[in-house]
Amino acid sequence: MPHLYRAILFGISALLAAQALASDISPERKQELETLIYQDCGSCHGMTLRGGLGPALPRERMSAYSTDGLAGLILQGIPGTAMPGWKGLLSEQEARWIAEHLQNDNPLEH
Amino acid sequence: MTLIRKSLASLTLLTLLSGCQTAPNTLGGTGDLGVIVERATGSLAVVNTSRQQRVDQVEGLGDLSHASVKFSRDARYAFVFGRDGGLSKVDLLSGEITARVMQSGNSIGGAISQDGRLVAVANYEPGGVKIFDSENLALVADIPATWQDENGQEQRSKVVGLVDAPGNRFVYSLFEAGEIHVVDMNAETPEMTRFTDVGKNPYDALIDPSGRYYIAGLFGEDGLVLLDLWHTGSGVQRILPDYGRGDERLPVYKMPHLEGWAMAGNEAWLPAVGRHEVLVADKDDWALIDRIPVQGQPIFVMSRPDERQVWVSFAHPANDVVQVIDTETRQITATLLPGKAVLHMEFTPRGEHVWISARDSDRVTVYDTRTLQEVARLKSESPSGIFFTDRAHRIGL
Repeated sequence: MPHLYRAILFGISALLAAQALASDISPERKQELETLIYQDCGSCHGMTLRGGLGPALPRERMSAYSTDGLAGLILQGIPGTAMPGWKGLLSEQEARWIAEHLQNDNPLEH
Repeated sequence: MTLIRKSLASLTLLTLLSGCQTAPNTLGGTGDLGVIVERATGSLAVVNTSRQQRVDQVEGLGDLSHASVKFSRDARYAFVFGRDGGLSKVDLLSGEITARVMQSGNSIGGAISQDGRLVAVANYEPGGVKIFDSENLALVADIPATWQDENGQEQRSKVVGLVDAPGNRFVYSLFEAGEIHVVDMNAETPEMTRFTDVGKNPYDALIDPSGRYYIAGLFGEDGLVLLDLWHTGSGVQRILPDYGRGDERLPVYKMPHLEGWAMAGNEAWLPAVGRHEVLVADKDDWALIDRIPVQGQPIFVMSRPDERQVWVSFAHPANDVVQVIDTETRQITATLLPGKAVLHMEFTPRGEHVWISARDSDRVTVYDTRTLQEVARLKSESPSGIFFTDRAHRIGL
């Protein structure tokens, strides 16, 4: 019985954590993440996301991934290419915020 | 134009003779001028290095993320290579854009020929090199960077590390193809020599100040590749292979830059890829002499013109720091904080000052390289590359 109780409690807190994801990031941190996208990701993908040594990142291309898939790609990188894994610098929810930004607020359509 | 210049000159003389002290100075040299690329606004700040001031602002240059600049041999005009494929010629004295072409979809930089008559641009999209008349930016040659992939299919590759070499040649590397191409511009049509299998993913390159050694850094493996331009028949040579000794590389958040690589005495100082180290190699046999631990992944490793100091900038996220290394003792003698997101450093021609851009602090800080004290601070929106006109007279810059 105590086990079940604990499991339920765990389930509820996991649910709350998932719902709280984006709102846990402070406005200041969101600003930093936006700078990171256009300036630092931009060193390879272009400041306007039109590409460079790395490919262009238009909204259309970003939306071919699930948000979780894209966040995972950002955190793990792509082995064998110049795309590094960013997990040392970004939390999972920050990577998810970036993925959502690239899929929904990306100024580059295609 | 000559006529106007002459009449202005006589006007100046007249005003001088009449004792007027407020006449504008209409004549000027360009030896102490330079430019700062302002990447977010697509503009160029023209600066004076004697007065440490901005003197003009040039707008309308397109997407300047990762833009670079070369100078005409009279050091009056700046050729600006934009990320969006725009190539612009800017008059530093008037602040005007005198010629501009959109020459590709995506470009990374360029070079000016030994005789000053040709400007070459390295393009990512479509991959190749285009060569223009430096006078009017008319197209002279279009050289696609083609290669055969493992299936025998012809592909185009992104071009990196384009430099000028003595003998009116251009040398560049192909990122996907792993090749180095040398183009001789002396004949009617360009003559190309191709070096294949030079190493995996050359990401940038440099030519040493004598113009003899072309060295490309490899992203896909440890080590670098060297082409001796005095003996191109001998092919390429791998140098510093396995400098990581099998250690796992850190994630590379930004590619190092090789331009401005430090040559100090008989040593070459260069950034390690994916490691918090500066490598020192012997220029005679290119053997590794030392690995100097630094505070992050180095991006620029540049020697002061007198070669007594090497200044190092770093990749994200440790990029608000610049470290200074004494080339004799190989000790870090200073760690400076020029601002957030340091992108570039440029020494004045004889090295008494260095200008450092801090992108996210919107400023350029000028340091005295002897005292390591700040001597000036210039406001600049999202500054990146800084380029002074003495580059006009140096091979590979």
